[in-house]
Parts: sequence; structure tokens; C-alpha cells
Amino acid sequence: MRPFTYERAPDALSAVKAVAENPGAKFLAGGTNLLDLMKLDIERPTHLVDVGRLPFAGVEEVNGGLRIGGAMVNSKLAAHPRVRELYPVLVRALVSGASGQLRNKATTAGNLLQRTRCAYFYDTTKPCNKRQPGSGCSALEGVHGAHDAIFGASKACIATHPSDMAVALTALGASVETLTPTGASRTLAVQDLHRLPGETPHVETDLAPGELITAVLVPPPPEGGQVYRKVRGRASYAHGIASVAVAGGRVALGAVAHKPWRAAHIEDALSSGASPAEAAEAELSKADRNDHNALKITLVGRLAAAAIEESKTRRVA
Amino acid sequence: MSSVKDWAAPNPITENRGGLIGKGVERYEGRLKVTGSAPYAYEVEAPSRPAIGYMATASIAKGRITRIDTTAAEASPGVLLVWTHLNVPAQAPRGTRANPRSQRPSNPALAGDRIENFGQTVAFVVADTFENARAAANLIEIEYAAEQGVVDFVASFDQADQPPGEEDVHIGDFPAAFAAAPVTVDETYESPVQNHVQMEPCATTAWWDGDKVTVHTSIQMVKGGQHALAETLAIPSDHVHLLTRYIGGGFGGKGQAYDDLILSALAARALGQPVKLAYTRQQMFHGTIHRPAVSMRVRLGAQPDGRLTAFAVEAITHCARNAIFTEHAANFSRNLYAAPNRLTGHRLVKMDLPGAGPMRAPGEAPGMLSLECAMDELAEKLGLDPIELRIRNEPDVDPETGKPFSVRQLVQCMRDGATRFGWERRNPKPGQVRDGRWLVGMGMAAAIRGNFLLPAKAGVRIDADGTITLRQGMTDIGTGTYTILAQITAETMGVPMEQVKVEMGDSNFPPAPGSGGQFGAATAGSAAYEAGMNLRKALTALAVGDPNSPLYGGPAEYVTFENGNIAIENRSETLAALVARAAPDGVYVEGSISPAADARDYSQHTYGAHFAEVGVDTVTGEVRMRKMFGVFAAGRILNAKTARSQITGGMIWGVGTALTESNVVDARYGSFINQDMAGYLVPAHADIVDLDAIFLDEADDKANPMGIKGVGELGICGAGAAVANAIYNATGVRLRDYPMTPEKVLEGMLAVGL
Repeated sequence: MRPFTYERAPDALSAVKAVAENPGAKFLAGGTNLLDLMKLDIERPTHLVDVGRLPFAGVEEVNGGLRIGGAMVNSKLAAHPRVRELYPVLVRALVSGASGQLRNKATTAGNLLQRTRCAYFYDTTKPCNKRQPGSGCSALEGVHGAHDAIFGASKACIATHPSDMAVALTALGASVETLTPTGASRTLAVQDLHRLPGETPHVETDLAPGELITAVLVPPPPEGGQVYRKVRGRASYAHGIASVAVAGGRVALGAVAHKPWRAAHIEDALSSGASPAEAAEAELSKADRNDHNALKITLVGRLAAAAIEESKTRRVA
Repeated sequence: MSSVKDWAAPNPITENRGGLIGKGVERYEGRLKVTGSAPYAYEVEAPSRPAIGYMATASIAKGRITRIDTTAAEASPGVLLVWTHLNVPAQAPRGTRANPRSQRPSNPALAGDRIENFGQTVAFVVADTFENARAAANLIEIEYAAEQGVVDFVASFDQADQPPGEEDVHIGDFPAAFAAAPVTVDETYESPVQNHVQMEPCATTAWWDGDKVTVHTSIQMVKGGQHALAETLAIPSDHVHLLTRYIGGGFGGKGQAYDDLILSALAARALGQPVKLAYTRQQMFHGTIHRPAVSMRVRLGAQPDGRLTAFAVEAITHCARNAIFTEHAANFSRNLYAAPNRLTGHRLVKMDLPGAGPMRAPGEAPGMLSLECAMDELAEKLGLDPIELRIRNEPDVDPETGKPFSVRQLVQCMRDGATRFGWERRNPKPGQVRDGRWLVGMGMAAAIRGNFLLPAKAGVRIDADGTITLRQGMTDIGTGTYTILAQITAETMGVPMEQVKVEMGDSNFPPAPGSGGQFGAATAGSAAYEAGMNLRKALTALAVGDPNSPLYGGPAEYVTFENGNIAIENRSETLAALVARAAPDGVYVEGSISPAADARDYSQHTYGAHFAEVGVDTVTGEVRMRKMFGVFAAGRILNAKTARSQITGGMIWGVGTALTESNVVDARYGSFINQDMAGYLVPAHADIVDLDAIFLDEADDKANPMGIKGVGELGICGAGAAVANAIYNATGVRLRDYPMTPEKVLEGMLAVGL
């Protein structure tokens, strides 16, 4: 951890300006990811702007959907009665993520912006384009883990986005509401928030410097059942090997790409009457197949098909 | 030298009049620990505010430091000291044993420009705060001349040699018998590098008073740590006062001293102020020892009735080039099943990985993962129940040495366990039982682990208020040692638990070998018992010789100690009254135990049987525990609660071994890829659903005066194999490569068309 300065922002616009004006500044909310990375010398901000106490921690009803404050912690969101009623896929995803202690601190916005858990990203003695642009990707020829991307990877990076919540939000068609440094607000779909790695895996989202996620807007629940399933090495908390969120006819995959992966081919196939297995095959046949990931591709296909099948037996109250 | 015959007579522990032996007494130090008020090594109060150390570590596996620049670190805020191999104070060369009686030789830190493994300490910073020390350490610039090391175990089997001083054990003619056997199994099982991941990392707080140093450190062996530091600093061992009162897990990984002990002591001397230093979680993976990977070939040859005629267990394992250690993964098999033609042995590859060393039942823990699955495979080939196969190969005497067993209830463990677990529910045909999306299966395995008694001493004093204090240079690594020593002392002296204090983990106290090899309870406990018996003698003499005692002039042989009283029939007084009057300064005596020469005439082990029920997700290959049960026979049980806790803890580690635990080496870098507990998965609460264990009634009068044996390591022995066998029974997928992760299980399921 390098020396840094800290301020608690009095209001959102001050926070946004403070970060926009200082290239070394970062937002701090729950700190469950950023502080760990600072201790490991992976993140090196010179200034932290604490937005964790800004008044963005509630849930409001909006046009049959919900507006979730960016600073609301994951455990409260998962326990919220309306969230439980309308979006079981989101609740399942939230409680599948991290541990109870972390969910008590981690915020909605922070969860979206958490960084990859790629082991090579975490080891500062190894090259990593995300950590040190241009240094190379040591994962590419490394120990091929179950955590590697199978969609949208590049020669520069095969890391995956680790969030569970973001996968459910993608399936639900949620969007984020942000405050930009000019004081204007904008919204963008969660599925468009994160970028694929390309040649610049260190640039992970389309947010402008200083742009702050103030809320997540979830549209009314779609017709049809909702399911979230995550594959992991143990029953208690662990980063996913793969996950799938189904919300009606919408499907998203997790731990398979640099971003939560909207499975458009699955959705198209389903809407044309394909079986779950056929629909899954439609998506997985487009995966970046290599010598090491055939098993993961098979796993994701089986998982997606099973979750879609299961969703047919589930109905939102 | 004592004899096992001396241990046969009834004594206060075996008579257990106070009922404390075997009782599930609450942990002696439990309140301190759960309230966070037990000071661990990094938290002890030093005479003044300690400065904080932080280590920088090597980023290559093998080579040489060619340039090291500490300028920026030295100028960093709060920095008090920066050391590298160029300016670290003089230490004795590695391996020095100036005092031939030292249990451990010197172990210098920053000893040169050579890099012998990834994560080796290469620089050391001390600053006013932890954050300043860490920030400065990150500013140190180091360049290396890297060399190609041997870091890929599986690719290096051609370099495997016989471990120094060892030979294979051949009995009968194994090759001929195996060739002639009508039913055979010949399979190889792989277990990976594993890490201890103790909750508390290695840590030390050190300060000096003149030429004497006090260190609070987290170590399993008091004398070993004291001697290693004294030898390294080239000072007399009585100038080192080592304390290790509370230890947040050891598992074998803290059986030796690491750089935290050496560097904090050196820096405290250089700075003239206390210094403390802890490994980070990440540093623990490379900076301390690990369990080496083991590749085990098992060959079994049996007659159609299941009797084994040919039996071979051969292990290939590895260790660090300059720290020879052999994971004796085949040894357990020498005592387990009868077979006239036998071959067992080990091969060792010297590698450029961090040091390999003892971890959670070294030998048995990885070793039993092979044979206990091979027996399951053989049982299926023979159409026999796996328990019945084992019963048919139950030996009358030790199958290798021919010695009688001291006591052996392995068959009883299996039979009792089968009944209590509901083994008859198991469908012997795999892949038949479904529960929703789960395939359900059951597996079992035997457990065996040696029992040991080492030399130890203990001191016990009684004060005028009647308080009895046991003092011993023993450790409690979370196992319950404080508690069982209090029970033994209270029962020996016939006083309630509240009247007993236990003080340990101090190099000034009478020495005990510490915690390891499941010898702790028997060794330290027997010395405590002997000290208590000596105190009884001293108090008896005091009472019958004191004209003011109601026991005055009475026959010493009729003196009893019960309910806090010393008595001869109806003549009695409290111990407190006796001591306050007759020895107001208190009475202190010591006692000692040593192994009995004739104990070696017996084959002496602890035994058990594991039963596991798992569910395997038919879609994903995820394995989830549904039930686990064990029956164990391990001598007289001192504390029903702490023994159960230890044995079920071992079973839980077996689940980790079977399903998740693995340190994967990236051969390009010679380092482990997973360096934290998000990447190195151990079972947590949700992974263990329904778990229980019981102990059979037993006393082993060839073990020690109390008839107790160790339970610290027995629980893991065989546990992972029971889980692996349950996976096979659930799915028909026979995996022989641990851990059995979802990917491997799924791959196996695909291969059998699931």
C-alpha cells in the first residue's frame, strides 16, 4: 500500500469533481476489493474519495421496477422484501457472491466495478496487462484454470469478471444511472457497462474518469421463471467457475468473459422454439475454443441448459 | 528406562475417581480465545511500543541477486532500518550447531545472494508502522540472474532417488506373487502440493534486555525455536527466552523457526527497541513449508476369496534441494493389511520449490488416499463389500514385523461404523441412487496412524491457597492441550478443575517436545501425571510427618487424594490447609516420562473407520458432502469434547484433501499460482453438513501410564479416500488425481456418458 490521502465527500457532485480532477484518485465505498488490492500493491491510488456515506443506499419503486441506490450494501439488497418478491434471480446471485461479512460491506456499485480474480493479476511478480499495460498476459500460457474466459478474450487478457450480481442484473436488463463530472446524469445498460479486453484490458468499463454510479435501475420483472446457478469448488463461498442467470426469456452467463455475458444466441434460439440444450449449443458453439477450455465450454452449456429447464418450473409471485 | 509393565498397575488416572478423565470439560483457555483476549505472538504487550517489520521476497525460483537498491526504501517515511544480504548483521552459517545438544541448528535470514526458492526473503524493512514498512519494502529494486530450476514434479520423476539412508522393504517375493495373483489392481494415485493455511501466520515479537532476548513467537516446538535462534545469533540458548502461549493453528507448518523469529530478534537488538514481524497470508505459501505432492503406485494381488497375496505401495515425492524431507506416504501400509509378499518404499526428487515438510499426518494423509481407494477398487473386482475385504485381510500380528499389536480394534471400528452410519443402505453398484439432480453415493476407508511417546518433563507446584500450577514447555496449537493437562493434574491430585492452573509455552519451564505427530497429549500428559504423582508423594510425606496434621504418623501407602482433601480413611484435611501450615512457601516438584524400552516389542497404532455420503451434481460435477461419520479407537480418551473436535477437524481436512486443496505450480515461474485463501480452498461451515465421530472404549497399557493415545492426526488418515470412494459409488467415475474438483469429476462423468 502506497501513501494516499483520503476525503469523505460531502455530496455526490463534489465527489465526482474530486476524482475527475485528480488522475490518481479513486472512489471508495465498501472497500472490500479496492483496499485488498491496495495492500497488495496492485491498486496504487494517491487519493481516495469516500462515497460510501452518500445518500444512495435505498430502494425505490419506479414504474413497476426498482431503483437501487449505488451505495446499498449487498446483504441489505438481498434481504429487501420487494427485491425478494420481484427478482429472485438477483437475490440468489447476491447471496452466491463472496461471504456474509463481505456482503455486509460491499455495495451495489462497487460490486459491479470489482476487478478480476485472475491469479496472475493478483501476483505482482508476474506480467499482467491489466496491472501493468504492455507487460504481457502470464495467464495466456499459464496454468489453465477453470476461471479463464471462453468468450470475447484477447491475446492481451483472458481474465473474467467475477461478479454474480452483475450476471443477474444483465439477465434482468438492468441499467446503471451515473453522475458525470459535468453534473449531468446518464444511464447505460449493465451489459454495456463493461468492455471486452481487446488491447487495453486495464480499461474495464465505459465510465468516464470521475463518473459515479449512483443507482441501478431494474425494469419490471419479465414474464417467466428466474433462476441463478453458480458452479464453484465448494459449497461455501468461492469464486465461480461459471454461472448462469435466467429471467424469463433472457439469459446471461458469468465467469466466462471480461464482462457479464448476455447470451443473445441462447435467447434467440429459445424465442425460435429451440430446446434448452439446443439453445445452449447455439451460444457455446460461438465460444473461443482452444486446447484448454473444451471442458469449461461443455460445463457452461450443460449449466445453461439445466438452468433454462429449471426456469420453466419457476414463476414469480 | 521404564517398562510397559510399570504402566499396568491402577493409578489415579485409570481409576478416575474424580470422573474428570474422559469428561467433555470446556476449553481451559476458551473464554480468552472467544473474547479475543488471548494474546497471540503478534499481539503481546512489549515493554515499549514495538517497531514493525516487513519482508520483501524473491520473484524468481532459482538464481542470484545481481543488484539490489534500497535507496528509496531507506528514504521512505518512518523507516528505521533496511536490510539485505549485503548489510544484515552477522549470523552463524546455515546448519551450525555450536551446542551439540541444540535440537535445531542455525537458520540465518538474508544469508546471501543465492535464491533457492520463489518467495525467499530478500530484504527486510523495519518502520514505525506496518503500513510504512510495507510501503518501503515495495520500493526496493532488485535484479536477478535467473537460472533454470527443477520445479515440475511430474516431469522430474527420472531424477527420483532413494531417500538418504533408506531402503525399500521387501518381504517374500512380491513380483512372483503379483504375477500369479488371479485378481489384481495396479493403479497410480496423485496428490498435489498442499498448504497448512493456519489461521494465524508465523509471527514474532522480540525485545532485548542487555544480552538476553525475549521472543513471543508462534511455534509448535519451544526448544526447537529457542535453539534455532540461539544458534543463528551465536548466543547461549539460556540467553533466549522463547514464549509461545497461544498458537492459531500449526498443522506441522510451525514445527520449525522461520525468518520472522530471526529477523525480529536481530532488528530488536540493532534498534534497541521491541520489533514485531508477521508473514502475510501470501508470504506464508512460499515462505514456509508445504506438504509435497505424492505420486503413489499401488499394486494389489488377491485370491478370489479376497485374501491379499501380493501387496506393493510405492511413493514418489519431492523436497527442497537443501532441506531433505521425505513424505513417508507408504509407511502406514506396512502395518495395515496382511499379505505374505510385500514391497514398500519411497523415491525423492530434489526440487527448487520452497521447503517440503510435515503437514497434518505426514505420510498417512496423502498415502492413505491411494491404498484405501485401491482396496475399494479391488473389492469391486472381487464382488466383495469393501469392509468384508478389509476384514478378510485383518492381520493377527503386525504384517511386516510380526510383533503383537498392543491393542487393535480396526475391525470393530468398521463394524460399529457400518451399523451407525447405515452402510447397508449403500448400493454396491455405482451410479444407481438419484436425489433430484444429484447422484448419491457412499464410501468408506480405514484409518491408521502410529502412536508415540517421547521424553518430557513437567513441573507442578501447590501454593498455600491450595492452587496447583502445572508448568511445562509444551504448546497448545488449538488442540486442547491446556485443557487435558488441567484434567490430568486435577484428577491426579484429586482436586476440582478450578483449583488447577496450567502455564506453558515457555522455554524456562521443564521441557516437552511440543505439538506434532499426535504425540503431544500422551507425552506432555504423561509427564504431567508423573509430576502429579511426585507431588502426591511430597504432600504425603508432609502430612504424615507433621504433628499438626490429622494424618500424622499414618501409613503413607493408605493416603488418598480426593475432593481437594488428603486423607487416610476418615482422617483428612484440605490440601490448602496442609500446605498453608506445613509448607507456607508452597511445594514444587518435577516429573518426567521416557519411552519404555519394551514398548518397541509391540506394534502400536491408533485406528478408525471413515464413512462418507456425497451428492454429485449430474450437470456440473460439483461434489457436496451429505454426511460423514467416523469410529475411532485411540486408547483412553481424556476429553470427549476436545477429542471429538480434533478428530472431526481431521475428517474435515480430509474433505479438503479430497475436494479442493491444491497448490498448483506454474513451472515457468517455479511458484504456486494460488497464494491466498480465495484461491486455496479449504472446507468452511457450509461444506460440512452432517459430521460426527465416536470413540470406542479402549485403554492401551503399552502406550504410557495413562493408557491414552494421540488423536491429533488420526482423523485425516483415510478420510479423503472415503470421500473419493463415495464419488465413485455415486457416479461410477473413478478418479485417482486429487483434489476431485468439478472439472475433473465432470470430465469423468462425460467419459462414462453422464
